[in-house]
Amino acid sequence: MANKVQVETTLNGETVEFLCEPRQSLLEVLRDVLGFTGTKEGCLTGDCGACSVILDGRVSCSCLVLGVEAQGKTIQTVEGLAQSDKLHPLQQKFLEHAALQCGICTPGFLVAAKALLDRNPNPTEHEVRYGLAGNLCRCTGYDKIVRAVLDAAAVMQGR
Amino acid sequence: MEVQEHKFKVIGTRPIRHDGVDKVTGRARYGADISLPGMLHGRVLRSPHAHARIKSIDVSAALALPGVKAVLTSEDFPKLAAGVVQMGELPMNPRYLSMNLMAQDKVLYDGHAVAAVAATSSHIAEEAVNLIKVEYELLPHVQNVLDAMKDNAPILLPEVRTSGTPEKSDKETNIASQLRFARGDLEAGFKAADVVVEREFDTAMVHQGYIEPHNAVAQYNSDGQTTIWVSTQGAFTTRDQCAMALNIPASSIKVVPAEIGGGFGGKIGIYLEPLALLLSKKTGKPVKMVMSRADVLRATGPTSGSHIRVKMGANKAGKITAAQVWMAYEAGAFPGSPVGAGCMTALAPYDLENLQIDGFDVLVNKPKTAAYRAPGSTNAAMGTETVVDELAEKLGIDPLEFRRINGAKEGTAQPAGPKFLRIGFLETVEAIKTSPHYQSPLPKSGNGKLRGRGVASGFWFNAGFQSSATVNINTDGTASVVTGSTDIGGTRTSCAMIAAEVLGLKAEEVHPVVADTESIGHTDMTGGSRVTFATGYAVYEAAQDAVNQLKQRAATLWKAKPEEVVYQDGSVSHTTNGNESMTLKELAGKLPRAGGPVTGRASVNPRGVGPAFATHVVDVEVDPETGKVDILRYTATQDVGKAVHPSYVEGQMQGAVAQGVGWALNE
Repeated sequence: MANKVQVETTLNGETVEFLCEPRQSLLEVLRDVLGFTGTKEGCLTGDCGACSVILDGRVSCSCLVLGVEAQGKTIQTVEGLAQSDKLHPLQQKFLEHAALQCGICTPGFLVAAKALLDRNPNPTEHEVRYGLAGNLCRCTGYDKIVRAVLDAAAVMQGR
Repeated sequence: MEVQEHKFKVIGTRPIRHDGVDKVTGRARYGADISLPGMLHGRVLRSPHAHARIKSIDVSAALALPGVKAVLTSEDFPKLAAGVVQMGELPMNPRYLSMNLMAQDKVLYDGHAVAAVAATSSHIAEEAVNLIKVEYELLPHVQNVLDAMKDNAPILLPEVRTSGTPEKSDKETNIASQLRFARGDLEAGFKAADVVVEREFDTAMVHQGYIEPHNAVAQYNSDGQTTIWVSTQGAFTTRDQCAMALNIPASSIKVVPAEIGGGFGGKIGIYLEPLALLLSKKTGKPVKMVMSRADVLRATGPTSGSHIRVKMGANKAGKITAAQVWMAYEAGAFPGSPVGAGCMTALAPYDLENLQIDGFDVLVNKPKTAAYRAPGSTNAAMGTETVVDELAEKLGIDPLEFRRINGAKEGTAQPAGPKFLRIGFLETVEAIKTSPHYQSPLPKSGNGKLRGRGVASGFWFNAGFQSSATVNINTDGTASVVTGSTDIGGTRTSCAMIAAEVLGLKAEEVHPVVADTESIGHTDMTGGSRVTFATGYAVYEAAQDAVNQLKQRAATLWKAKPEEVVYQDGSVSHTTNGNESMTLKELAGKLPRAGGPVTGRASVNPRGVGPAFATHVVDVEVDPETGKVDILRYTATQDVGKAVHPSYVEGQMQGAVAQGVGWALNE
């Protein structure tokens, strides 16, 4: 275990320390070391977006980031979206619009949508589609996801 | 037949799905999220060759790597006899099932499993896999049906003889089976035609492409019992296949269905489960196996690529006079393409006097094909619908009008013979005809791009099969519904809604549970659009059973006869001894004094499933310089029966269209 590296990071607002091997991805650390299994593995090549996290304000594929790179950074995962028992408007709108079927891509979409609304609180449909272009869903055909994100943006803007 | 419109309170509404909060918060447990104390991680070594004889496998270097606990090869699997065993409604060949899980003498496709390793981490397991030395003797391979059907083609399985031929042959072949549907006089039909169109089509092998890779966690216990956690379309189907492949009793395996990240037919078969079981048995520890995306694409799924020839003739009145279809489907490395279903669904939307359909199931050096969204029908429809549209165009008849003239209706004989009962094909044609989309002209393009509008229709049988359900009345007057059907896109909720409708509860007052193989009666896989129909039917019967028991309990309390008690809108009442009534909540609280808990149950194998017809219209723009295709507008209609939860029915259709567009343009 001598080759493990100690890393300190901020995960969903909490300071977290962990040990990881240099070859372990951030995705692996989140899921297997820290037990945050809400972030999903779909491809390990950065193509599907199921492993999306917000890393220092930018949506990133955690499968393409090494665990050791999280040192001193701020990470948000799907587990950090809801505040105690209150769902984030994006989560609520995904439920109301039936924007998920199997649900495996849902955490990644929610995280990418959160990152999008953080920087553009009032996106057009085109901007939503562009903002979510890094996330693949095989079940829904995307229509209901886009509607849910637009509706969540409207609610968050008080419209 | 008159269709009655029932007034429903819950059916047809859009409640939030019961597993929704778990799935938007990341709490839902998919197979890869399962973790057990002391768990090992397994990896599979896969063949880099499409066809080769395995001369030797040396696992010594892998076993010597620190952290490696066990290595598995085909030596660890029982040698099973060939032959077909009926598993539920699915014919299975134990020998081929086993040979696909782990190559025996030959590898038959790139990605074919050759060995597996269990180690203390997935990284060590992967290193170990790369230390296994396999000596191969390369063999010529064959990648498409036309080459595979040639006389001098490389042979995949020497024991295969074509079944379904008029005369028995003892020739080695890659044609595993053939079939023909024919009626009328084909020659006379083509003679009577004013226009004949004949075309050939090649369709590519495509993968279901679910976002979640295959996974399995197995824990073998020294008493011989194994528990498997897995994302599967059928917990019982997985159990039965594992038992078959390993020649052990099905009851020695408990399958716990995890949440599933998509399947589309591709997670009915087994790949990792028996490997994880054997590795757990060898090591005494739980073993987790998760495929990489590359493994998923190389070794699992796909649906058949095919070669299809379609010849159809029609007269000036627009009546199809003859239709001939020849289809060869890639089975992959083992027999069993969906060509039979392709033959039964090709031309099914049409009322035809003269037809001949030939189908061939052909072995090629590619992964064994699996079910995929109306398996077999999609390839067939690609060929037949293109020709139908071209016929209509040549005759100067609107393509929807052409379908109306020839369309199947109640009483029309299907290509395979049986007559349709009540169907909704012409209704889907009419719905497209009157849609705002079809009523609007195709907008003109700029920049020299080409635009066109196409329509197509399709048919799928839908399935019944076996399902079980229990409905438990809780002490607070709510209910839980237990089924064995994997929920892949909202069926938990549709089952809960059916129970709620019967019990007079709100959808939210019914809690659906997908149970493991020891907690519910046998239930066939989730597939063929069967769950809301068949499992939903079991839930309906189980809820009725619960209602009957509730009436008996109320009668006991009121000293009345059960038949004097009425159950309506979540309350029991009777009029014989004055007017008395109780809500389900009140009655539930009194059950301990009226005979104890109420559990409704039912097991069904329903017939009379309603088939699905669809008609779609699409406008596309093609750039003649680059070939790039843009979808401008797409409208889909489908006869879905009664939509129990309309949002999830819409979602199925939207998702299917997106996949269809992917097949046609990208995949």
